[in-house]
Order: sequence, then structure tokens, then C-alpha cells
Amino acid sequence: MSHAEDHEGTRRDFLYYVAGGAGVVATGAAVWPLINQMNPSADVQALSSIRVDVSGVEPGTQLTVKWLGKPVFVRHRTGAEIQEAQEQDAEGVDALPDPLARNFNLSADAPATDANRVMPSPEGEAPGAWIVQMGVCTHLGCVPLGDAGDFGGWFCPCHGSHYDLAGRIRKGPAPENLPVPPAEWVDDSTIKLG
Amino acid sequence: MSGIPHDHYEPKTNGEKWLNSRLPIVGLLYDTLMIPTPKNLNWWWIWGIVLAFCLALQIITGIVLVMHYTPHVDLAFASIEHIMRNVNGGHFIRYVHMNGASLFFVAVYIHMFRGLFYGSYKAPREITWIIGMLIYLMMMGTAFMGYVLPWGQMSFWGATVITGLFGAIPFVGEALQTWLLGGPAVDNATLNRFFSLHYLLPFIIAALVVVHIWAFHTTGNNNPTGVEVRRGSKDEAKKDTLPFWPYFVIKDLFALVVILVVFWAVVGYMPNYLGHPDNYIEANPLVTPAHIVPEWYFLPFYAILRAFTGEVWVVQFASFITGGIIDAKFFGVLAMFGAILAMALAPWLDTSSVRSGKYRPMFKWWFYLLIIDFFALMWLGAMPAEEPYATFSLIASAYWFAYFFVILPILGVIEKPLAQPETIEEDFNAHYGKADADATPAE
Repeated sequence: MSHAEDHEGTRRDFLYYVAGGAGVVATGAAVWPLINQMNPSADVQALSSIRVDVSGVEPGTQLTVKWLGKPVFVRHRTGAEIQEAQEQDAEGVDALPDPLARNFNLSADAPATDANRVMPSPEGEAPGAWIVQMGVCTHLGCVPLGDAGDFGGWFCPCHGSHYDLAGRIRKGPAPENLPVPPAEWVDDSTIKLG
Repeated sequence: MSGIPHDHYEPKTNGEKWLNSRLPIVGLLYDTLMIPTPKNLNWWWIWGIVLAFCLALQIITGIVLVMHYTPHVDLAFASIEHIMRNVNGGHFIRYVHMNGASLFFVAVYIHMFRGLFYGSYKAPREITWIIGMLIYLMMMGTAFMGYVLPWGQMSFWGATVITGLFGAIPFVGEALQTWLLGGPAVDNATLNRFFSLHYLLPFIIAALVVVHIWAFHTTGNNNPTGVEVRRGSKDEAKKDTLPFWPYFVIKDLFALVVILVVFWAVVGYMPNYLGHPDNYIEANPLVTPAHIVPEWYFLPFYAILRAFTGEVWVVQFASFITGGIIDAKFFGVLAMFGAILAMALAPWLDTSSVRSGKYRPMFKWWFYLLIIDFFALMWLGAMPAEEPYATFSLIASAYWFAYFFVILPILGVIEKPLAQPETIEEDFNAHYGKADADATPAE
């Protein structure tokens, strides 16, 4: 090529850039489908929203459902548990390791009060009767055990994180409260996740 | 190939000449096999052959296992049991493949520390070293994905924890993790792609091995003295070297046989010793095993990953100056990959002009401490994440980084090296006595 010293745009330069540019675009267009195929497929995306029938969940019991490949705890709290959770609340959120509610349904800076962690109750039930949260420890992703730990809530057996009755981290290495997923009542006995 | 002067292949018969003028493949193989090799190589130099053997063993047993394995979340675990119980000799082939991975890593670690002691990474062998590090990274990826395939509890939760490392990357982490997994959590899409890549990567490793060999055949092998082979003339080079075939091939094969005796004993009598019983429980996304432990060969780096918790001042400082972008989780990930990167950078961090640790009186002790540190980290990686192990892990991790980023650069300046032999021949004769005509047929 002898056009190195030719500073004026020649036809050859123009063709060189057009061909080079087209080659780059074509390569990108060819590579993109190969990358994009690894993103979640349509059937996986279709399961991003599920409905959970909770009519059989008696007070004092917990249902674990699989949503987005991860466990979700749906807990029906008894009157005593609600009371205990609210008493834990009285200590103030600033005393908690994580003072944020981590509730997808609320703003990101909502404080971690019991009221900000629970589902709004359906008609005829005490406030705070239902709590829905991801069953994934915020430390290293293990599944915590229900009705366990020093605070009556959940306990992660992997590295000893204790969560209280509102799923807030109280003791152990986990940095955050158990996240509350997008959840809403479809009718009195069905919760929609996602 | 350039480098040490030696006799090249000359086609003699008409048939050879015909082939050679069209495809010089015989010459290429001849020159590769007859490469002049320093005659003072000790037993630490046998692990290359063991590694080549391991790669072949894993590819062959792997291809056979694929004939009976089903990569689907509902069937994978059962198909492994099918291999173990129904397939003729299937349990044996699978045990060889499982333990073959361990032998592979034993060999690669010895091979790497051999290089670190004798300065094999130093100029002009940096490319050989870097290619080797790439091979090591690919080995880790391959082994990790292979461990997921049986779809046991450790497979599933190991995959969850390790892919979670990518989720710790700021800003793009979550999207990247979803892209890697093909969904919000480890599931069928993950299993399928890991299977595909587990089959692919060994062939890329094989290609890199060719480049690795090409690189050190261009520069010539390092040797225990670190002194270069004389290249003034063919005769001079012959005084320092022997051809790879038959001298070193036979020596290496003998070593391989000894190693395989131990290997077969493990495969035959304790095939599950290096595995985890939890992996014989089918994967369950709703139940976590009490103690998630990676395979032994990942433990040193797993220990480094876990060592940097939020309480460590370095982590708090990093978090402070980056405005929280680097949190404890991401710091751990950076530390783990940084520990491997540190090894890769050794050629540029080591300021000493002396290659071999034999002639470096101070370096020696720091190096031995590095070996102890490596085993300490391996032990700590298997321990639960609590005191006193957390503090020990931090100290051991700190030494790992200090060795590469502080000790190697400083030693080269302050250390007074011992006298090195002038030539490889001199070193050889000092060990084995002045060679007579019988012992050096190459002369």
C-alpha cells in the first residue's frame, strides 16, 4: 500500500474504511446471538411469576416454595409470634446489623420495622400474620432452617447466622436481612410471587 | 525450531523425500522428540510427562463416560448411578476419571512450584510460564464444571457458591451471573452448558500444551542450575545436553510408572477418599449441606477468598476509598484471582538475575515458607469459617501476596547469590564424576 503519505481521502481509503467497518459490524452481529443464547430462555422467564395457594398454611407453620430456582419462605405467624416480633421491633431499627427493610415492594431506604417486612394481611386477619421472604442466607447463599436460632426465627446452619421472627439478621456473619420478594395477594388465599 | 544447535532430520529414502517436500511432518516430530535437553535435569522435571499423561487419560475416560451420561437435572444423578452399577466396568472408568483429576492437580502444583524454585519463569521463558498459567486456569474451570455434572448436593451448592463469585462484581455482577447460569439460579440450563464446556475445554488445553511445548523448545529447557546450555556450536551444546529420546523419555516413563502404582492403589482401594459423601445425595435446591467444601485442589484459593471479611482493615480501607464499590465479598473475589495473577506476574516481580533457587541462600527459605503456606491454606480452606481459622487464613493469605509482591522484588536487590557453575557440564560432572566414553554416547 502506498497511500500512507497520501493525506487526501482517496477512493481506496474510503473503500478500506467501509469494508473494515462492515466487517466489524458483521462480526458483532454474528457473535451476538452466540452470547445471547446463554441468557435465560423463554420457559425460564415464563416462570418468573408464580401463584402460591396458601389456604392450607395454618398459623405457626411455614410453606417453602421454589421461585426462580430459589426457596421462598411463606410463614403464617401466630398471635404470639406477631407480638414477639413487634417486641423485637421496640429496640429500634438502628440497633440492627442491617437497618433497611430489604422489601422489594417498598422503597429501598424503608427502615427494617416489622411492619415493613410483613405482607399486608387479608381481611379478617391480624396485621403481620403473613411474612414472605427469600429462603437464601445473605451470607453465602445457604438455606436457613425455620423455627430455629436465638431469636425464634431462622437459623443458617452453614456459618451460624441468626434471623429473628421478621427475617432480620441479628447475629452471625450474614450482612443483610432476608430479602422480601415482589409479592401480592391475588385473593384471600393466593399469593402471587414476581 | 531455533535455539540449541543440533542435527536436524534429513529425509533419506525416496518415500521420505516425497513426503517431506509436501508436508515436513516427520521432521517436525523428529526435531521435537530429539530436542537437546540439559543432561543435569533432576526428578522434579518428570511432571510434564505426568501432566501430558493425565490430559490424555482424562480425555479418553471422559469420552467414554459421555456415552452413558445424561446432562439433564432429572436424569444426571441417575445416569451416574447407571454408570456405577450397570455399565460394564463403568464404576472403574468413573473412578479413574474422578481421581485422574486429582492426579492432574498434584502434578500441576509440583510442576508449578518446580518452576518457582528453579526460576523457570524468568527470561527468556516468560511466555512458557504465561501459557502454563492459562492452562492452569482452564484446568480449574474444567474441573469445576466437571464436578457439577453428577448433580449431587456438592455439585449444586459448589456451583451456586462459585458462580456467586461473579455476582459480587459491582454493577454488572448480577446480569453476568444470570447470563452464566442461564436463569436466576443453578438449573438445567447451567448443567447443560457446563457439560458442553467441560467437553470443549480439554481440547483447548491440549492446543495450549502444544504452544507451551513449542515455547520452551524455542528457548530450551531450564535446568537445576539455571545456567543456559552453551550454543556456540553443535559440539559445545552436545557437552551440556542429551537428546530427549531415549534418555529423558525412558527416565520420565519410569517415574510415571512409579506414580501410577500409587494412583492405581488409590483408585482400587480408596476411590472416594478425595471426594465428599454429600455428592452421593441428589442435588436439592431447597436444602443446603451443612458444610460446603470445594475439592482439595481449590482449597488454598478458597481459603484466600474467605479470609478477607468485612472486619479486616484492608477490606474496610478498600471499601472506603472506592466509596463502597469494593465490598468485602468483591474484595475476596479479587484476592482469590489476584493470588493466581501474582504467580503469573512472577517473571516481572522477581528482580534477581540468578535463576535457580539453589544459588540463592535467602530466597530458599522464603520459598520453603511459601510451600508451607500453600499447605496451610489448603488445610484452612477445609476448616469452618470461624476462629481461630479466620485469623490463620488471613496471615497465610498475607504471606502469599507478600512473597510475590514484596519478597521477590526485594530479594533480588539485597541478596548475595552463591557462585554458579560455569556450564551444565561442570555441574553434571561434579555430581556424577567425569563422564567416560560409555556414559556419554552423544559425545
